[in-house]
Amino acid sequence: MSETRTIRFTLNGRPASAAIQSHHNLVELLHQLGLFGARESCGQGLCGCCTVLVDDVAVSGCLYLALGVNGKSVTTIEHLDESGTLSPVQQAFIEAGAFQCGFCTPGFVLMTHQLLKQNPDPSEDEIRHYLAGNLCRCAAYPEIVEAVRLAARTMKQARA
Amino acid sequence: MTEMGRSLPRLEARSKVTGRADYVHNMRVPGMLHAKIFRSTIAHGRILSIDTSAAREMEGVHSVLTGEDITRVMAKPYFGPAFHDQAILALEKVHFIGEPVAVVLADDPHVAAEAAKLILADYEELEAVFDEVEAVTSKAIVHDELKPAGTFADLKHLAGRRNTNVTLDYQLRRGDVEKAFAECDHVFEHTFRTQQVLHVPLESHASLAIPGHDSLVIHTSTQTPSFVRTEIARLLGWADNRVSVQVPFLGGGFGAKVYVKMEALAAALALLVKRPVKIALTMEEQFYTISKHATTFRIKSGVSKDGRIVARACDVWWNGGAYADIGPRVAQKTGFTAAGPYDIENVRIESTEVYTNRPPAGALRGFGVPQLVWAYESHTDMIARALGMDTVEFRRKNILREGRPQATGTAMRDAAIDKVLDCVAERMNWTAPFDRGAGAIKRGRGVGIGFKASISPTTSGAIVNISADGSIVLYTNTIDMGQGSDTGMAQLAAEVLNVPAESIKVVHGNTDVAPYDMGTLGSRSTFHMGNAVKLAAEDAKAKLAALAAEVGLPEGTNYDVKEIFRKRYGMQAGNVVGVGTYVPRYTPPDPKTGQSDNVTPFWMIGGTGAEVEVDTETGHVRVIRLVNVADAGKPINPKICRTQLSGGAIMQLGFTLTEDMVFDGGQVTNPSFADYKIPGFRDVPVMESELVTATQETGPFGAKGIGESSTFGVSPAIANAIEDAVGVRITELPIRPEAVLRALRAAEGRPLEAV
Repeated sequence: MSETRTIRFTLNGRPASAAIQSHHNLVELLHQLGLFGARESCGQGLCGCCTVLVDDVAVSGCLYLALGVNGKSVTTIEHLDESGTLSPVQQAFIEAGAFQCGFCTPGFVLMTHQLLKQNPDPSEDEIRHYLAGNLCRCAAYPEIVEAVRLAARTMKQARA
Repeated sequence: MTEMGRSLPRLEARSKVTGRADYVHNMRVPGMLHAKIFRSTIAHGRILSIDTSAAREMEGVHSVLTGEDITRVMAKPYFGPAFHDQAILALEKVHFIGEPVAVVLADDPHVAAEAAKLILADYEELEAVFDEVEAVTSKAIVHDELKPAGTFADLKHLAGRRNTNVTLDYQLRRGDVEKAFAECDHVFEHTFRTQQVLHVPLESHASLAIPGHDSLVIHTSTQTPSFVRTEIARLLGWADNRVSVQVPFLGGGFGAKVYVKMEALAAALALLVKRPVKIALTMEEQFYTISKHATTFRIKSGVSKDGRIVARACDVWWNGGAYADIGPRVAQKTGFTAAGPYDIENVRIESTEVYTNRPPAGALRGFGVPQLVWAYESHTDMIARALGMDTVEFRRKNILREGRPQATGTAMRDAAIDKVLDCVAERMNWTAPFDRGAGAIKRGRGVGIGFKASISPTTSGAIVNISADGSIVLYTNTIDMGQGSDTGMAQLAAEVLNVPAESIKVVHGNTDVAPYDMGTLGSRSTFHMGNAVKLAAEDAKAKLAALAAEVGLPEGTNYDVKEIFRKRYGMQAGNVVGVGTYVPRYTPPDPKTGQSDNVTPFWMIGGTGAEVEVDTETGHVRVIRLVNVADAGKPINPKICRTQLSGGAIMQLGFTLTEDMVFDGGQVTNPSFADYKIPGFRDVPVMESELVTATQETGPFGAKGIGESSTFGVSPAIANAIEDAVGVRITELPIRPEAVLRALRAAEGRPLEAV
């Protein structure tokens, strides 16, 4: 096994540090810090359950070595409602009923945030293409499309 | 009376979109050890030796344990719902590649996983059998002796046998099939096959066992907490109340998490080492844990010249893999519907489940029904086409109508088969002209309709507790694995107690506080637990009214609930506890004829219409539209019902087109999402979900289960649409482009070379 290293980074807007081993991935780091919204499922970066934002870019936490976030900014699903209010995307997922078991939901929510940041008014095809790296075994896909569109509308109205 | 039919969001919605919902995966306790499993590398053999020395010597390893060690806390360490055929860790023999043989415990899961790789086992290899038809007569016998569990009322007839792989041979006889075949105008016979697939909930199985002084707490991802408690207590020789099974939310289940999976191993390890032990499987390990039966189904129908099906003979073989799990019940409960939702005078069914040396098969969303519907709805379509009849009209002519006897003799009640078929046809605009495509891309459409009986007889209990401030807690061992049961059950209690469902707290999955429930499976909860919750809420309501009368509040007046308690106890104190237990009536089928006048408390009905495009140059099939219709009785929460419908249909779409456990000599060669392809966003067609207007008179406020109904018709609807598009018939799942292209080329008289 590998040696222990200390890393420093920004976690959900606050400075953080952790002692980790070099083989630990980002999901394990977050679990060590009490954040369980990013979940390892397929373990191969194919399902998106472990989605985390590193310097505002979505990564698969199961394939991303914890050491890699040293000096970077990490944002997890738990950050979105820290103000006490759900984000428009989270609210839209509830209104559209865009999940069943909820295990994959944090990944979809974070990817939708990133999508709407890049493309505030995506077409259905763009939504499907952008979210193709996230899997939902309960297959709430039709409702997820509805949620993304609803969130896009809400955010557009908020900007207007 | 406003809670029924209200599409409120799930009670736990906020915790799920914020990533804060509890799953066993999140759980850790001080002193917890991680377990990693060393698995068999051969399909069938006797264990000669297990060398754990290198693993034991690895730094950070707490201990390495084998089947012999387990016997120190569980003298007879075999379990299973139908047969006690599953050793907690292999003893004497291994039966499939992937069977747990030894376990490494360590504080660090990486250490445990690395050490497990250092274990060596020597086996004397035995002949193995993998095919379900061969297994009936094979000399390779998977289990030397069959040991029926005797746990469930409906499986008591299983008798101990030796020198056979047959776990169950169910038969049904109605009328005189051979005579009808001889006298009818047309006879059709076809054979269909389905492949082995699996559930792959995104949360793999996880169990955390915490030993106490003379007790055990197991936090586990199970759909059947009551069964787990009883089975672990039986293994330990303990009273049930010393074992506590607690279940948070599940990250999907679909039948993968029924009965005992990792719980017995976690329990044994925790008691052996006197520390908490957690087992969390990887995605790969799901492929060695539980799957769905591969099947072969030979179906033969006799048809009169005016298009009436007069006789049907069904021979179904179920590939159970190395442990029976609940397969015998699949073969029986599902077997009796093998002739389909048709009114047929003469029926013969043989439904045979066998052991093979593959990973075990159990229940997967539909309990075997999708495999049967695949065959009988493909077959039915082929008959209609051969007779030159419209495929929907042919079905309409033969369908089981209300009140008519099904093959078991049980009269159909509250089964909207006709309405579901009509609704599918209407939504598909069936009688209107259809765009058949252009060039190499041909378009076609097809339908499939199926039905399922509920598992019976089974029991559910619930408790409704009204506190002195008027707030309500509902205790139930129905597990919310995404189907929305917490919300639905709260709505039912709220309907009785005239409060908003959102105000009710649901305590689910805790055997210390919630009463017995047979399990969250087979779409049984809405009906069975729903009735229990309704009874419990009515009991609480009646007791509250009695208390009001006792303290002198006049009947029928609008009083504050708090006031009743304050008057009775002099302060905010006390409770009203309502209890409800529900078990429906049931007549066991005659073992020789399968006849019963009451074989199920309710029927599930599902139909699908599919539109496809077939690329005649490559064989690629693109499903462009799926219409899914079901009879949910009176839906409690229509939006959640529709999500269940489309979710189930998309899952079955995966089983139809892409999902397949590929084997090489018993070894699964594609145990990962890289090679085992479940549906993603790009695979999902236009989805339409519809509930017909119906009522289940015996259901809670007219409701019944819906979790599996949309899986029934999907596969045959797609195969029927392919034939409609390009005139070739596919009889094996999955429908790969290669199979379609081979069929197309064969039909053109220029077949592709065999591989």
